[in-house]
Amino acid sequence: MSDQAYNFAYLDEDTKRMIRRAILKGIAVPGYQVPFASREMPMPYGWGTGGVQVTAAVMTPEDVLKVIDQGADDTTNAVSIRKFFQRTAGVATTERTSEATMIQTRHRIPETPLTSDQILVYQVPIPEPMRFLEPRETETRRIHALADYGLMQVRLYEDIARHGEIATSYAYPVEVAGRYVMDPSPIPKFDNPKLDDCPAIQLFGAGREQRIYALPPYTHVRSLDFEDHPFRATKADHACAICGSASSYLDEVITDDAGGRMFVCSDTDYCAQNAKGGA
Amino acid sequence: MSLLDASGGGICHKEEVHASSSLPKHLDSDSPLLSVRSVAKRYGARIGCKDISFDLWPGEVLGVVGESGSGKSTLLGCLSGQLRPDGGEVLFDTRDRGPVDTLRMSEPQRRHLARTDWAFVHQNPRDGLRMGVSAGGNVGERLMATGARHYGRIREAASDWLDRVEIDTGRIDDRPRQFSGGMQQRLQIARNLVSGPRLAFMDEPTGGLDVSVQARLLDLLRGLVRDMGLSAVLVTHDLAVVRLLADRLIVMKDGRVVETGLTDQVLDDPQHGYTQLLVSSVLQV
Repeated sequence: MSDQAYNFAYLDEDTKRMIRRAILKGIAVPGYQVPFASREMPMPYGWGTGGVQVTAAVMTPEDVLKVIDQGADDTTNAVSIRKFFQRTAGVATTERTSEATMIQTRHRIPETPLTSDQILVYQVPIPEPMRFLEPRETETRRIHALADYGLMQVRLYEDIARHGEIATSYAYPVEVAGRYVMDPSPIPKFDNPKLDDCPAIQLFGAGREQRIYALPPYTHVRSLDFEDHPFRATKADHACAICGSASSYLDEVITDDAGGRMFVCSDTDYCAQNAKGGA
Repeated sequence: MSLLDASGGGICHKEEVHASSSLPKHLDSDSPLLSVRSVAKRYGARIGCKDISFDLWPGEVLGVVGESGSGKSTLLGCLSGQLRPDGGEVLFDTRDRGPVDTLRMSEPQRRHLARTDWAFVHQNPRDGLRMGVSAGGNVGERLMATGARHYGRIREAASDWLDRVEIDTGRIDDRPRQFSGGMQQRLQIARNLVSGPRLAFMDEPTGGLDVSVQARLLDLLRGLVRDMGLSAVLVTHDLAVVRLLADRLIVMKDGRVVETGLTDQVLDDPQHGYTQLLVSSVLQV
Protein backbone atom coordinates (compact mmCIF):
# COMPACT_ATOMS: atom_id res chain seq x y z
CA MET A 1 0.00 0.00 0.00
CA SER A 2 1.47 3.28 -1.04
CA ASP A 3 1.23 6.55 0.81
CA GLN A 4 -1.64 8.45 -0.83
CA ALA A 5 -0.16 11.84 0.08
CA TYR A 6 2.45 11.34 -2.64
CA ASN A 7 2.23 10.87 -6.37
CA PHE A 8 3.36 7.42 -7.56
CA ALA A 9 7.06 7.11 -6.73
CA TYR A 10 7.20 10.46 -4.94
CA LEU A 11 8.06 12.74 -7.88
CA ASP A 12 5.30 14.63 -9.74
CA GLU A 13 4.63 13.61 -13.33
CA ASP A 14 6.17 16.73 -14.89
CA THR A 15 9.43 16.12 -13.06
CA LYS A 16 9.46 12.49 -14.20
CA ARG A 17 8.91 13.65 -17.76
CA MET A 18 11.86 16.00 -17.49
CA ILE A 19 14.06 13.24 -16.07
CA ARG A 20 12.90 10.75 -18.72
CA ARG A 21 13.86 13.22 -21.43
CA ALA A 22 17.34 13.44 -19.93
CA ILE A 23 17.52 9.64 -19.76
CA LEU A 24 16.44 9.26 -23.38
CA LYS A 25 19.08 11.73 -24.44
CA GLY A 26 21.64 9.91 -22.34
CA ILE A 27 20.75 6.61 -24.01
CA ALA A 28 20.91 8.21 -27.44
CA VAL A 29 24.43 9.51 -26.73
CA PRO A 30 26.06 6.78 -24.62
CA GLY A 31 28.40 8.13 -21.95
CA TYR A 32 27.44 11.77 -22.46
CA GLN A 33 26.55 13.62 -19.26
CA VAL A 34 23.11 15.16 -19.71
CA PRO A 35 22.36 18.06 -17.35
CA PHE A 36 18.97 17.84 -15.65
CA ALA A 37 17.06 19.85 -13.07
CA SER A 38 17.75 17.67 -10.07
CA ARG A 39 15.11 18.01 -7.33
CA GLU A 40 15.42 18.16 -3.60
CA MET A 41 14.74 14.66 -2.30
CA PRO A 42 13.83 13.69 1.25
CA MET A 43 17.34 12.44 1.93
CA PRO A 44 20.75 14.10 2.12
CA TYR A 45 23.00 14.56 -0.90
CA GLY A 46 25.44 11.70 -1.07
CA TRP A 47 22.76 9.21 -0.14
CA GLY A 48 21.70 8.52 -3.69
CA THR A 49 19.42 11.41 -4.61
CA GLY A 50 20.42 11.08 -8.27
CA GLY A 51 19.82 7.35 -8.39
CA VAL A 52 16.49 7.71 -6.59
CA GLN A 53 15.25 10.29 -9.08
CA VAL A 54 16.22 8.11 -12.04
CA THR A 55 14.59 5.08 -10.44
CA ALA A 56 11.42 7.06 -9.70
CA ALA A 57 11.24 8.35 -13.27
CA VAL A 58 11.46 4.94 -14.95
CA MET A 59 9.55 2.90 -12.34
CA THR A 60 6.19 1.28 -13.18
CA PRO A 61 3.75 -0.28 -10.66
CA GLU A 62 4.64 -3.76 -11.99
CA ASP A 63 8.35 -3.38 -11.30
CA VAL A 64 10.16 -5.52 -8.76
CA LEU A 65 12.83 -3.43 -7.06
CA LYS A 66 16.12 -4.46 -5.55
CA VAL A 67 18.39 -1.94 -3.82
CA ILE A 68 21.99 -2.64 -2.94
CA ASP A 69 24.63 -0.62 -1.15
CA GLN A 70 28.19 -1.85 -1.81
CA GLY A 71 26.64 -5.14 -2.87
CA ALA A 72 24.62 -5.61 0.31
CA ASP A 73 20.81 -5.57 0.55
CA ASP A 74 20.71 -4.99 4.29
CA THR A 75 22.76 -1.85 4.90
CA THR A 76 21.26 1.50 5.93
CA ASN A 77 21.27 3.14 2.54
CA ALA A 78 19.76 0.14 0.76
CA VAL A 79 17.11 -0.43 3.41
CA SER A 80 15.97 3.18 3.53
CA ILE A 81 15.75 3.59 -0.24
CA ARG A 82 13.85 0.30 -0.53
CA LYS A 83 11.43 1.48 2.17
CA PHE A 84 11.09 4.82 0.43
CA PHE A 85 9.81 3.19 -2.75
CA GLN A 86 7.68 0.66 -0.89
CA ARG A 87 5.94 3.56 0.76
CA THR A 88 5.68 6.04 -2.13
CA ALA A 89 5.19 3.61 -5.03
CA GLY A 90 3.96 0.42 -3.41
CA VAL A 91 6.12 -1.69 -5.70
CA ALA A 92 7.22 -5.21 -4.87
CA THR A 93 10.79 -5.53 -3.62
CA THR A 94 13.20 -8.38 -3.59
CA GLU A 95 16.72 -9.22 -2.58
CA ARG A 96 17.16 -11.70 -5.43
CA THR A 97 19.04 -10.27 -8.40
CA SER A 98 17.38 -12.67 -10.84
CA GLU A 99 13.86 -11.70 -9.70
CA ALA A 100 14.34 -7.94 -9.87
CA THR A 101 13.34 -5.85 -12.87
CA MET A 102 14.98 -2.71 -11.49
CA ILE A 103 18.10 -2.60 -9.39
CA GLN A 104 19.35 0.56 -7.79
CA THR A 105 22.95 0.22 -6.76
CA ARG A 106 25.56 2.08 -4.85
CA HIS A 107 29.09 1.21 -5.97
CA ARG A 108 28.63 -2.41 -7.13
CA ILE A 109 27.32 -4.44 -10.05
CA PRO A 110 25.64 -7.68 -8.91
CA GLU A 111 27.63 -10.88 -9.45
CA THR A 112 24.67 -12.63 -11.06
CA PRO A 113 24.71 -11.73 -14.78
CA LEU A 114 22.01 -9.21 -15.70
CA THR A 115 19.42 -9.81 -18.39
CA SER A 116 17.77 -7.69 -21.05
CA ASP A 117 14.63 -7.39 -18.84
CA GLN A 118 16.47 -5.44 -16.19
CA ILE A 119 17.46 -1.84 -15.55
CA LEU A 120 20.46 -1.07 -13.38
CA VAL A 121 20.49 2.41 -11.79
CA TYR A 122 23.76 3.73 -10.33
CA GLN A 123 24.12 6.36 -7.65
CA VAL A 124 26.89 8.68 -8.78
CA PRO A 125 28.69 11.13 -6.49
CA ILE A 126 30.97 12.79 -9.08
CA PRO A 127 30.01 12.22 -12.72
CA GLU A 128 32.97 14.04 -14.24
CA PRO A 129 35.92 11.63 -14.68
CA MET A 130 38.37 14.52 -15.00
CA ARG A 131 37.15 16.56 -12.05
CA PHE A 132 40.35 16.24 -10.04
CA LEU A 133 42.58 16.83 -13.03
CA GLU A 134 40.81 19.83 -14.49
CA PRO A 135 38.70 21.86 -12.08
CA ARG A 136 37.04 24.05 -14.73
CA GLU A 137 33.70 22.72 -15.96
CA THR A 138 34.00 24.84 -19.14
CA GLU A 139 37.25 23.09 -19.93
CA THR A 140 36.05 19.54 -19.17
CA ARG A 141 33.04 20.11 -21.40
CA ARG A 142 35.35 21.19 -24.18
CA ILE A 143 37.50 18.12 -23.61
CA HIS A 144 34.43 15.88 -23.94
CA ALA A 145 33.17 17.76 -26.98
CA LEU A 146 36.49 17.38 -28.78
CA ALA A 147 37.21 13.87 -27.41
CA ASP A 148 40.51 15.33 -26.26
CA TYR A 149 41.27 12.78 -23.58
CA GLY A 150 45.06 12.95 -23.22
CA LEU A 151 44.58 14.27 -19.71
CA MET A 152 42.86 11.08 -18.57
CA GLN A 153 45.86 9.12 -19.75
CA VAL A 154 48.09 11.46 -17.74
CA ARG A 155 46.22 10.39 -14.62
CA LEU A 156 46.97 6.73 -15.34
CA TYR A 157 50.57 7.62 -16.16
CA GLU A 158 50.90 9.27 -12.76
CA ASP A 159 49.54 6.15 -11.14
CA ILE A 160 52.15 3.94 -12.73
CA ALA A 161 54.94 6.44 -12.08
CA ARG A 162 54.08 6.57 -8.41
CA HIS A 163 52.93 3.04 -7.65
CA GLY A 164 54.46 0.90 -10.37
CA GLU A 165 51.03 -0.08 -11.69
CA ILE A 166 47.66 1.51 -12.32
CA ALA A 167 46.64 1.85 -8.69
CA THR A 168 43.18 3.30 -9.38
CA SER A 169 41.01 0.56 -7.92
CA TYR A 170 37.55 2.10 -8.14
CA ALA A 171 35.84 4.69 -10.37
CA TYR A 172 38.19 3.44 -13.05
CA PRO A 173 37.65 5.52 -16.21
CA VAL A 174 36.14 3.85 -19.25
CA GLU A 175 35.67 4.76 -22.89
CA VAL A 176 32.10 4.23 -24.07
CA ALA A 177 31.35 3.09 -27.61
CA GLY A 178 34.67 4.49 -28.81
CA ARG A 179 33.68 8.05 -27.96
CA TYR A 180 33.01 9.49 -24.50
CA VAL A 181 35.17 8.84 -21.48
CA MET A 182 32.93 8.12 -18.52
CA ASP A 183 33.19 7.67 -14.78
CA PRO A 184 31.43 4.37 -14.03
CA SER A 185 30.66 5.67 -10.49
CA PRO A 186 32.84 4.30 -7.68
CA ILE A 187 32.39 0.63 -8.55
CA PRO A 188 35.53 -1.44 -7.97
CA LYS A 189 37.49 -1.95 -11.16
CA PHE A 190 36.71 -5.63 -10.71
CA ASP A 191 33.22 -4.74 -11.99
CA ASN A 192 34.40 -2.82 -15.06
CA PRO A 193 34.30 -5.82 -17.43
CA LYS A 194 30.61 -6.30 -16.49
CA LEU A 195 29.80 -2.88 -17.95
CA ASP A 196 30.86 -4.06 -21.38
CA ASP A 197 28.27 -5.59 -23.66
CA CYS A 198 25.74 -5.80 -20.82
CA PRO A 199 22.19 -6.84 -21.88
CA ALA A 200 20.57 -4.62 -19.22
CA ILE A 201 20.03 -0.87 -19.51
CA GLN A 202 22.44 0.97 -17.24
CA LEU A 203 21.47 4.44 -16.01
CA PHE A 204 23.64 6.77 -13.93
CA GLY A 205 22.17 9.56 -11.80
CA ALA A 206 24.13 12.26 -9.97
CA GLY A 207 21.74 14.34 -7.88
CA ARG A 208 23.99 17.00 -6.43
CA GLU A 209 25.92 17.40 -9.69
CA GLN A 210 22.67 17.34 -11.71
CA ARG A 211 23.85 14.94 -14.39
CA ILE A 212 22.37 11.81 -15.93
CA TYR A 213 24.20 9.47 -18.27
CA ALA A 214 23.50 6.03 -19.62
CA LEU A 215 24.74 2.88 -21.29
CA PRO A 216 22.24 1.31 -23.69
CA PRO A 217 22.21 -2.51 -23.80
CA TYR A 218 25.17 -4.19 -25.49
CA THR A 219 27.38 -1.09 -25.52
CA HIS A 220 31.10 -1.54 -25.92
CA VAL A 221 32.82 -0.25 -22.80
CA ARG A 222 36.62 -0.27 -22.68
CA SER A 223 38.68 0.45 -19.57
CA LEU A 224 41.51 2.88 -20.35
CA ASP A 225 45.04 1.55 -20.05
CA PHE A 226 48.52 1.47 -21.56
CA GLU A 227 49.80 -1.10 -24.04
CA ASP A 228 52.51 -2.21 -21.63
CA HIS A 229 50.30 -1.84 -18.55
CA PRO A 230 47.00 -3.39 -19.62
CA PHE A 231 43.83 -3.12 -17.54
CA ARG A 232 43.42 -5.86 -14.93
CA ALA A 233 40.31 -6.46 -12.87
CA THR A 234 41.56 -7.15 -9.35
CA LYS A 235 40.06 -8.55 -6.16
CA ALA A 236 41.35 -9.79 -2.81
CA ASP A 237 43.23 -13.03 -3.34
CA HIS A 238 41.02 -15.18 -1.14
CA ALA A 239 37.84 -17.24 -1.25
CA CYS A 240 34.65 -16.13 0.53
CA ALA A 241 34.66 -17.33 4.16
CA ILE A 242 30.90 -17.98 4.01
CA CYS A 243 30.09 -19.43 0.59
CA GLY A 244 33.57 -20.34 -0.59
CA SER A 245 33.29 -18.52 -3.91
CA ALA A 246 36.69 -17.78 -5.41
CA SER A 247 35.37 -15.62 -8.21
CA SER A 248 33.21 -13.00 -6.53
CA TYR A 249 34.33 -9.62 -5.22
CA LEU A 250 35.22 -9.71 -1.53
CA ASP A 251 34.91 -7.35 1.41
CA GLU A 252 37.55 -7.50 4.11
CA VAL A 253 35.88 -7.62 7.53
CA ILE A 254 37.85 -6.96 10.70
CA THR A 255 36.61 -9.38 13.33
CA ASP A 256 38.53 -8.45 16.50
CA ASP A 257 41.14 -6.06 17.85
CA ALA A 258 43.93 -8.56 17.42
CA GLY A 259 44.18 -8.28 13.64
CA GLY A 260 41.67 -11.02 12.94
CA ARG A 261 39.93 -10.63 9.61
CA MET A 262 37.80 -12.53 7.17
CA PHE A 263 36.93 -12.09 3.53
CA VAL A 264 33.28 -12.38 2.52
CA CYS A 265 31.34 -11.72 -0.67
CA SER A 266 30.31 -8.10 -1.03
CA ASP A 267 27.20 -9.25 -2.95
CA THR A 268 25.04 -10.67 -0.12
CA ASP A 269 22.40 -12.17 -2.42
CA TYR A 270 24.99 -13.98 -4.50
CA CYS A 271 26.69 -15.24 -1.35
CA ALA A 272 23.44 -16.58 0.14
CA GLN A 273 22.43 -18.32 -3.09
CA ASN A 274 25.89 -19.74 -3.53
CA ALA A 275 26.01 -21.02 0.06
CA LYS A 276 22.59 -22.64 -0.39
CA GLY A 277 23.48 -24.20 -3.74
CA GLY A 278 26.80 -25.47 -2.43
CA ALA A 279 25.33 -26.96 0.75
CA MET B 1 78.13 33.05 -39.96
CA SER B 2 74.75 33.62 -38.48
CA LEU B 3 73.81 34.76 -35.05
CA LEU B 4 72.49 31.33 -34.25
CA ASP B 5 75.77 29.76 -35.09
CA ALA B 6 77.62 32.14 -32.85
CA SER B 7 79.31 30.09 -30.18
CA GLY B 8 80.69 31.55 -27.01
CA GLY B 9 78.12 32.07 -24.24
CA GLY B 10 76.25 35.33 -24.18
CA ILE B 11 78.57 37.28 -26.43
CA CYS B 12 77.02 38.63 -29.56
CA HIS B 13 79.02 39.00 -32.72
CA LYS B 14 77.45 42.02 -34.34
CA GLU B 15 79.95 42.43 -37.11
CA GLU B 16 79.39 38.91 -38.29
CA VAL B 17 75.65 39.32 -38.33
CA HIS B 18 75.94 42.38 -40.49
CA ALA B 19 77.72 40.34 -43.09
CA SER B 20 75.69 39.48 -46.14
CA SER B 21 75.29 35.79 -45.24
CA SER B 22 73.42 36.64 -42.07
CA LEU B 23 70.45 34.32 -42.63
CA PRO B 24 70.39 31.12 -40.58
CA LYS B 25 71.18 27.97 -42.47
CA HIS B 26 67.60 26.62 -42.17
CA LEU B 27 66.25 29.35 -44.40
CA ASP B 28 66.26 27.26 -47.51
CA SER B 29 62.50 26.92 -47.87
CA ASP B 30 60.63 28.89 -50.53
CA SER B 31 57.55 29.70 -48.50
CA PRO B 32 57.12 31.31 -45.10
CA LEU B 33 56.10 29.11 -42.19
CA LEU B 34 53.78 31.74 -40.81
CA SER B 35 52.26 34.63 -42.75
CA VAL B 36 50.43 37.26 -40.78
CA ARG B 37 48.21 39.63 -42.78
CA SER B 38 46.72 42.80 -41.24
CA VAL B 39 45.76 41.20 -37.95
CA ALA B 40 43.75 43.49 -35.71
CA LYS B 41 42.25 43.09 -32.27
CA ARG B 42 40.21 45.67 -30.40
CA TYR B 43 39.11 45.68 -26.80
CA GLY B 44 35.94 47.73 -27.09
CA ALA B 45 37.00 51.18 -28.22
CA ARG B 46 40.65 50.50 -27.42
CA ILE B 47 43.10 49.05 -29.87
CA GLY B 48 44.85 45.86 -28.80
CA CYS B 49 46.87 45.64 -31.97
CA LYS B 50 46.23 46.89 -35.46
CA ASP B 51 47.37 46.25 -38.97
CA ILE B 52 50.10 43.73 -38.11
CA SER B 53 51.64 41.95 -41.09
CA PHE B 54 54.82 39.92 -41.31
CA ASP B 55 56.26 36.67 -42.60
CA LEU B 56 58.14 34.20 -40.45
CA TRP B 57 60.44 31.85 -42.33
CA PRO B 58 61.41 28.33 -41.27
CA GLY B 59 64.20 28.41 -38.69
CA GLU B 60 63.84 32.11 -38.06
CA VAL B 61 63.35 33.74 -34.67
CA LEU B 62 61.31 36.93 -34.71
CA GLY B 63 61.52 39.20 -31.70
CA VAL B 64 58.60 41.42 -30.78
CA VAL B 65 59.61 44.25 -28.46
CA GLY B 66 57.82 47.23 -27.02
CA GLU B 67 56.78 48.69 -23.71
CA SER B 68 54.04 47.28 -21.49
CA GLY B 69 50.64 47.71 -23.08
CA SER B 70 52.00 48.03 -26.59
CA GLY B 71 50.05 44.99 -27.79
CA LYS B 72 52.81 42.40 -27.80
CA SER B 73 50.96 39.79 -25.81
CA THR B 74 47.70 40.52 -27.62
CA LEU B 75 49.47 39.86 -30.89
CA LEU B 76 50.93 36.61 -29.57
CA GLY B 77 47.52 35.53 -28.33
CA CYS B 78 45.99 36.22 -31.75
CA LEU B 79 48.70 34.27 -33.57
CA SER B 80 48.53 31.25 -31.29
CA GLY B 81 44.76 30.96 -31.37
CA GLN B 82 44.21 31.93 -27.74
CA LEU B 83 42.53 35.19 -28.70
CA ARG B 84 40.17 35.72 -31.56
CA PRO B 85 41.33 38.67 -33.72
CA ASP B 86 38.71 41.00 -35.22
CA GLY B 87 40.26 40.81 -38.65
CA GLY B 88 43.17 39.60 -40.73
CA GLU B 89 44.68 36.28 -41.63
CA VAL B 90 47.22 34.01 -39.96
CA LEU B 91 48.46 31.51 -42.54
CA PHE B 92 50.42 28.58 -41.16
CA ASP B 93 52.24 26.21 -43.48
CA THR B 94 50.82 22.88 -42.25
CA ARG B 95 52.63 19.64 -42.93
CA ASP B 96 49.83 17.97 -44.83
CA ARG B 97 47.75 20.73 -46.39
CA GLY B 98 50.15 23.60 -46.99
CA PRO B 99 49.27 27.15 -45.89
CA VAL B 100 46.00 27.27 -43.95
CA ASP B 101 44.38 30.22 -42.20
CA THR B 102 44.44 29.15 -38.57
CA LEU B 103 41.71 31.63 -37.67
CA ARG B 104 39.27 29.79 -39.90
CA MET B 105 40.28 26.32 -38.77
CA SER B 106 37.92 24.24 -36.70
CA GLU B 107 38.66 24.05 -33.00
CA PRO B 108 39.82 20.39 -33.02
CA GLN B 109 42.22 21.13 -35.89
CA ARG B 110 43.62 24.13 -34.08
CA ARG B 111 44.01 22.15 -30.87
CA HIS B 112 45.78 19.41 -32.72
CA LEU B 113 48.11 21.94 -34.29
CA ALA B 114 48.69 23.57 -30.91
CA ARG B 115 49.95 20.33 -29.42
CA THR B 116 51.92 18.96 -32.34
CA ASP B 117 53.46 21.67 -34.52
CA TRP B 118 53.23 24.58 -32.09
CA ALA B 119 54.73 25.31 -28.73
CA PHE B 120 53.68 28.01 -26.30
CA VAL B 121 56.03 29.06 -23.54
CA HIS B 122 54.35 31.21 -20.91
CA GLN B 123 56.15 33.79 -18.85
CA ASN B 124 54.94 32.14 -15.68
CA PRO B 125 55.65 28.40 -15.79
CA ARG B 126 52.61 27.86 -13.57
CA ASP B 127 50.42 28.85 -16.52
CA GLY B 128 52.02 26.30 -18.78
CA LEU B 129 52.58 23.38 -16.40
CA ARG B 130 50.29 21.09 -14.47
CA MET B 131 51.59 21.73 -10.99
CA GLY B 132 49.99 18.63 -9.50
CA VAL B 133 51.41 16.24 -12.09
CA SER B 134 54.96 14.85 -12.04
CA ALA B 135 57.63 16.21 -14.40
CA GLY B 136 57.39 13.04 -16.51
CA GLY B 137 53.63 13.36 -16.77
CA ASN B 138 53.96 16.99 -17.77
CA VAL B 139 56.35 16.18 -20.57
CA GLY B 140 54.38 13.11 -21.65
CA GLU B 141 51.00 14.83 -21.83
CA ARG B 142 51.42 15.98 -25.43
CA LEU B 143 52.41 12.49 -26.50
CA MET B 144 49.42 10.93 -24.75
CA ALA B 145 47.13 13.58 -26.19
CA THR B 146 48.21 12.61 -29.67
CA GLY B 147 47.66 8.91 -29.13
CA ALA B 148 50.77 7.49 -27.44
CA ARG B 149 49.65 4.58 -25.27
CA HIS B 150 52.90 2.85 -24.39
CA TYR B 151 54.03 3.79 -20.89
CA GLY B 152 57.63 2.71 -21.36
CA ARG B 153 58.13 4.71 -24.52
CA ILE B 154 56.40 7.81 -23.10
CA ARG B 155 58.66 7.66 -20.08
CA GLU B 156 61.71 7.21 -22.23
CA ALA B 157 60.82 10.30 -24.27
CA ALA B 158 60.14 12.28 -21.11
CA SER B 159 63.43 11.23 -19.59
CA ASP B 160 65.27 12.11 -22.78
CA TRP B 161 63.73 15.58 -22.82
CA LEU B 162 64.45 16.25 -19.18
CA ASP B 163 68.04 15.47 -19.99
CA ARG B 164 68.03 17.83 -22.95
CA VAL B 165 66.79 20.72 -20.82
CA GLU B 166 69.38 19.86 -18.16
CA ILE B 167 67.04 18.55 -15.49
CA ASP B 168 68.36 15.54 -13.58
CA THR B 169 66.40 12.56 -14.90
CA GLY B 170 66.23 11.23 -11.33
CA ARG B 171 63.64 13.93 -10.70
CA ILE B 172 61.23 12.61 -13.32
CA ASP B 173 58.64 11.70 -10.69
CA ASP B 174 58.92 14.95 -8.72
CA ARG B 175 56.23 17.54 -9.10
CA PRO B 176 57.02 20.97 -10.53
CA ARG B 177 56.25 22.52 -7.15
CA GLN B 178 59.48 21.06 -5.87
CA PHE B 179 61.45 22.70 -8.71
CA SER B 180 63.12 26.10 -8.71
CA GLY B 181 61.78 28.84 -11.01
CA GLY B 182 64.47 28.23 -13.62
CA MET B 183 63.86 24.46 -13.60
CA GLN B 184 60.12 24.99 -13.94
CA GLN B 185 60.73 27.15 -16.97
CA ARG B 186 63.02 24.51 -18.50
CA LEU B 187 60.42 21.86 -17.75
CA GLN B 188 57.82 23.96 -19.52
CA ILE B 189 60.08 24.15 -22.54
CA ALA B 190 60.61 20.37 -22.52
CA ARG B 191 56.87 19.80 -22.23
CA ASN B 192 56.33 21.93 -25.32
CA LEU B 193 59.16 20.69 -27.48
CA VAL B 194 58.61 16.96 -26.92
CA SER B 195 56.26 16.78 -29.90
CA GLY B 196 58.91 18.25 -32.20
CA PRO B 197 57.04 21.45 -33.05
CA ARG B 198 58.09 23.73 -35.89
CA LEU B 199 56.86 26.98 -34.41
CA ALA B 200 57.22 28.25 -30.85
CA PHE B 201 55.42 31.20 -29.31
CA MET B 202 57.29 32.56 -26.34
CA ASP B 203 55.93 35.18 -24.01
CA GLU B 204 58.77 36.64 -21.91
CA PRO B 205 60.38 33.22 -21.42
CA THR B 206 63.04 34.66 -19.13
CA GLY B 207 60.83 37.06 -17.17
CA GLY B 208 61.10 36.75 -13.43
CA LEU B 209 64.34 34.77 -13.46
CA ASP B 210 67.59 36.08 -12.06
CA VAL B 211 70.29 36.94 -14.58
CA SER B 212 72.51 33.88 -14.22
CA VAL B 213 69.52 31.56 -14.60
CA GLN B 214 68.36 33.71 -17.52
CA ALA B 215 71.70 33.31 -19.23
CA ARG B 216 71.57 29.54 -18.87
CA LEU B 217 68.02 29.38 -20.15
CA LEU B 218 68.85 31.56 -23.14
CA ASP B 219 71.82 29.39 -23.94
CA LEU B 220 69.62 26.33 -23.77
CA LEU B 221 66.93 27.90 -25.93
CA ARG B 222 69.46 28.98 -28.49
CA GLY B 223 70.84 25.47 -28.69
CA LEU B 224 67.40 23.91 -29.04
CA VAL B 225 66.29 26.41 -31.68
CA ARG B 226 69.39 25.62 -33.68
CA ASP B 227 69.22 21.84 -33.26
CA MET B 228 65.55 21.54 -34.08
CA GLY B 229 65.37 24.19 -36.80
CA LEU B 230 62.60 25.74 -34.76
CA SER B 231 60.97 29.01 -35.78
CA ALA B 232 59.85 31.26 -32.98
CA VAL B 233 57.93 34.41 -32.23
CA LEU B 234 59.52 35.80 -29.12
CA VAL B 235 57.75 38.52 -27.19
CA THR B 236 59.83 40.37 -24.64
CA HIS B 237 60.68 43.79 -23.32
CA ASP B 238 64.22 42.71 -22.63
CA LEU B 239 66.42 43.90 -25.49
CA ALA B 240 69.32 41.70 -24.38
CA VAL B 241 67.15 38.62 -24.90
CA VAL B 242 66.26 39.52 -28.47
CA ARG B 243 69.85 40.50 -29.18
CA LEU B 244 70.84 36.97 -28.28
CA LEU B 245 67.99 34.99 -29.82
CA ALA B 246 66.19 36.93 -32.52
CA ASP B 247 67.12 37.22 -36.18
CA ARG B 248 64.64 39.96 -36.87
CA LEU B 249 62.77 42.47 -34.75
CA ILE B 250 59.38 44.08 -34.73
CA VAL B 251 59.04 47.13 -32.53
CA MET B 252 55.51 47.83 -31.33
CA LYS B 253 53.96 50.89 -29.81
CA ASP B 254 50.28 51.57 -29.10
CA GLY B 255 49.24 48.40 -30.88
CA ARG B 256 51.08 49.21 -34.10
CA VAL B 257 54.37 48.21 -35.62
CA VAL B 258 56.66 51.22 -35.69
CA GLU B 259 59.84 49.61 -36.94
CA THR B 260 61.04 46.31 -38.34
CA GLY B 261 64.39 45.01 -39.45
CA LEU B 262 67.29 42.72 -38.66
CA THR B 263 67.89 42.65 -34.92
CA ASP B 264 71.27 44.29 -34.96
CA GLN B 265 70.21 46.82 -37.52
CA VAL B 266 67.30 47.91 -35.36
CA LEU B 267 69.21 47.90 -32.10
CA ASP B 268 72.37 49.55 -33.39
CA ASP B 269 70.78 52.02 -35.77
CA PRO B 270 67.22 52.69 -34.59
CA GLN B 271 65.24 54.91 -36.97
CA HIS B 272 61.94 55.53 -35.24
CA GLY B 273 61.87 57.93 -32.31
CA TYR B 274 60.34 55.36 -30.01
CA THR B 275 62.91 52.70 -30.89
CA GLN B 276 65.67 55.23 -30.20
CA LEU B 277 64.14 55.88 -26.81
CA LEU B 278 63.83 52.16 -26.14
CA VAL B 279 67.43 51.41 -27.06
CA SER B 280 68.78 54.35 -25.09
CA SER B 281 66.77 53.30 -22.03
CA VAL B 282 68.74 50.11 -21.52
CA LEU B 283 70.75 50.33 -18.33
CA GLN B 284 74.43 49.63 -18.68
CA VAL B 285 76.26 47.67 -16.06
